[in-house]
Amino acid sequence: MEKVISLNHIAHSFGVETVIKDINIEIDKGVIFGLLGPSGSGKTTLVKIITGILHPTEGSSVVQDTQMPSLKQMKNIGFMAQSDALYVELTAYENIDYFASIYGLPRSERKQRIKKVLEIVDLVKHMKKPVHTFSGGMKRRLSLAISIVHEPEILILDEPTVGIDPLLRQSIWQEFNKLKSEGTTIIVTTHVMDEAEKCDELALLHDGYVIAQGSPKDLKQSIHVDTMEQAFLHYGGGKS
Amino acid sequence: MNSISIIVRILRQFRRDKRSLALMFAAPLLVLTLMWLVLDSGDYVPEIAAVDLPDRFVEILENEAEVMSLDRHEAEDALKNQEIDAVLEWEENKPALTLEGSDPTASGAVNMALQQTLNQMNPQQEQMEPEIHYYHGSEEIKLFDNIGPVLIGFFIFFFVFIVGGVSFIRERTQGTLERSLATPLKRWEIVIGYLGGFGLFTIIQSIIIAAYSIYALDVFMAGNFLYVLLVTFLLALSALSLGTLLSAFAKNEFQMIQFIPLVIVPQVFFSGMFNLETLDPWLRAIGNIMPLTYGAEALRDIMIRGSAFGSFAVEVFVLFGFTLLFTLLNIVALKRHRKL
Ligand SMILES: Nc1ncnc2c1ncn2[C@@H]1O[C@H](COP(=O)(O)OP(=O)(O)OP(=O)(O)O)[C@@H](O)[C@H]1O
Ligand SMILES: [Mg+2]
Repeated sequence: MEKVISLNHIAHSFGVETVIKDINIEIDKGVIFGLLGPSGSGKTTLVKIITGILHPTEGSSVVQDTQMPSLKQMKNIGFMAQSDALYVELTAYENIDYFASIYGLPRSERKQRIKKVLEIVDLVKHMKKPVHTFSGGMKRRLSLAISIVHEPEILILDEPTVGIDPLLRQSIWQEFNKLKSEGTTIIVTTHVMDEAEKCDELALLHDGYVIAQGSPKDLKQSIHVDTMEQAFLHYGGGKS
Repeated sequence: MNSISIIVRILRQFRRDKRSLALMFAAPLLVLTLMWLVLDSGDYVPEIAAVDLPDRFVEILENEAEVMSLDRHEAEDALKNQEIDAVLEWEENKPALTLEGSDPTASGAVNMALQQTLNQMNPQQEQMEPEIHYYHGSEEIKLFDNIGPVLIGFFIFFFVFIVGGVSFIRERTQGTLERSLATPLKRWEIVIGYLGGFGLFTIIQSIIIAAYSIYALDVFMAGNFLYVLLVTFLLALSALSLGTLLSAFAKNEFQMIQFIPLVIVPQVFFSGMFNLETLDPWLRAIGNIMPLTYGAEALRDIMIRGSAFGSFAVEVFVLFGFTLLFTLLNIVALKRHRKL
C-alpha cells in the first residue's frame, strides 16, 4: 500500500506542558483513519501538526514524501478545523467561493463545484444567507463544504460531525465512503463511538501517546469486548 | 495571484459591514467638522494697512481683506489702537508683515490673505517668504495655520489604523487566519491582499476627506489637490501596515484598542500640532520615527506653502519606506503561525 502520511517521532510542547509525546503513525492511501481520544488528549494539536500550521517541537510530518509545511501539499489537503473559521459577514456561497479561489479553482468550474458541495452538506437553500445567521450545525456543515471544495487527495477533519443530526451525519459518512472509494485519504478526529466504528483504522490517543492502533475489529478482539465504547474505556484506563 | 482573492473577499465584507464603512468615511468627516466649528470662528475678514505697496498687490489683497492705504506713522498708531490687524510694507523687494498678534484668529486670517495674494501674484515662481513681525504675541499664533493639514492627516491615519488593525485581529480571533494558512496562500500574499483590499478603500477615503476639508470646510489650500491625495494615501497605507503589524501583538480587539494611547496619541504631540521649538533636540527627534510627522509636514508643505513635489519628496519617500518596513515585518511576524 502507498504511504500518504507518515508522522515521525512527533513531540510537541506548549511552554512547559508537553502535549504530544513521540508519536509515529503511518497512513495508507484511500483509508479512513480515526483519531480517538478523550478531551485534551492532543487530537487537535496533532492534526494541526499534520497539516503544517503548527510546527512540532520535535519530529516531522511527511505528506506524500514532502516534509510539511509545504505549499504544494497544502493544495492537496482539505482541512476542517475544530472551531469554525468562517467570515461571518459573508454568505455561505461567498465563503466557499473565497477558499475555492485560493485553491485555484478556475472561475468556470467554481460555480458548479460550489453548488455540488452545498448539496452534499444540504445548505443549498441557505447559501445566500450571511453566516452570522447560521446555527452551530450549519456552520459545521459549511466548514465541511469548504474543506472538500477543491477535491483534495487528503481530507483532515477535526470533529466534523459535532452538532450535526444523525440523518445528515449518515449522509455525510456516505459521502466520506464515496470519496474514499475514489482514492481520497481521510483523517477524522472524533469522540463518537459509532463513528469510530466506521473508520478503517484507529489510533487511540491518551496523554500524548498512541496507546493502541489498529482496525476497530482488531482493537475490540484483542481485549475481548464487543463495543468500541468498552474498548475506549479499557484503553483509557477505565475498566472494560 | 491569490492576493486578488483576498481583495475580492475584503470588498465583499465591506459591502456587508456598513458600520466599518461608516467609520472609515463618515466618522472622519464628522470629527473634522466638529474640530473646525471649534477652531475656525467663521470667515474673519482681516483689516490690513498697506504702506507703500504696489498697486497690483493691493488690488489682489482687497479680495481677501479690508485694505486701507496709510503712511507708516498712521499705520503704527492704528495697530497700537487695535483698529487694524496688521501692517503690510514692502522691504527689499519682499513683503514685510507686522501682525497685531493678540488674536490668533485674526493673525491666521491675515497670514492666509497674504499667502493667497502672493500665490495669485506669481503662481509659477518660487514663493517669496514674507518677513513677519509681531506687535504682540509670538510665532505660536502660526499654530492655527498649521493645524488644518495635520488634522486631515491625523484622522486618516487614526481611522485606517483602527479599521485595518481590528479587522486583521478578527482574522486571528475567528480562526480564519490560521485556516487561510492551511491553504497554499503564501504569507506575503495575505499581507499584500490586505493592503490591496483596504488600500482601495483608503483611496476613496482620502479623496472624500481631503475634498471635504478643502472645498466644504474651506481649509487653507495653496497647492495641488493631487499631491494632497498622494500624501494622504501614503499616510493611510503606513497606518494600515502598522495596524496590521501591531495586531500580531494583540490577542483580541480590546488589546488592539490599547495600542491607541501608545502609538497614536504620541504621534499627535510630535506631528507639529503643538510647537516643539522649546523641546530638547533629542526629545524632538522622537518625532522622526513617526509616520504622522512626515505626513503632516508634507501636507503643510502642499496646503499652506503650495510647494512643488521637490520640497516634500523626502517625506513621501519616508512614508513609503515606513509602509515597506511595516509590511515586511508583518510578513515575518506571520511566521509565528506557519514557518513557511
Ligand atoms: N495554544 C495552546 N497553548 C497552550 N496549550 C494548548 C494550546 N492548544 C492546546 N493546548 C493544550 O494542549 C492539550 C491538548 O489540546 P488539544 O486541543 O490538542 O486536545 P483535543 O484532543 O483536541 O481535545 P478536544 O477533544 O477537547 O478537542 C490541552 O491540554 C490544551 O490545554
Ligand atoms: Mg480538539
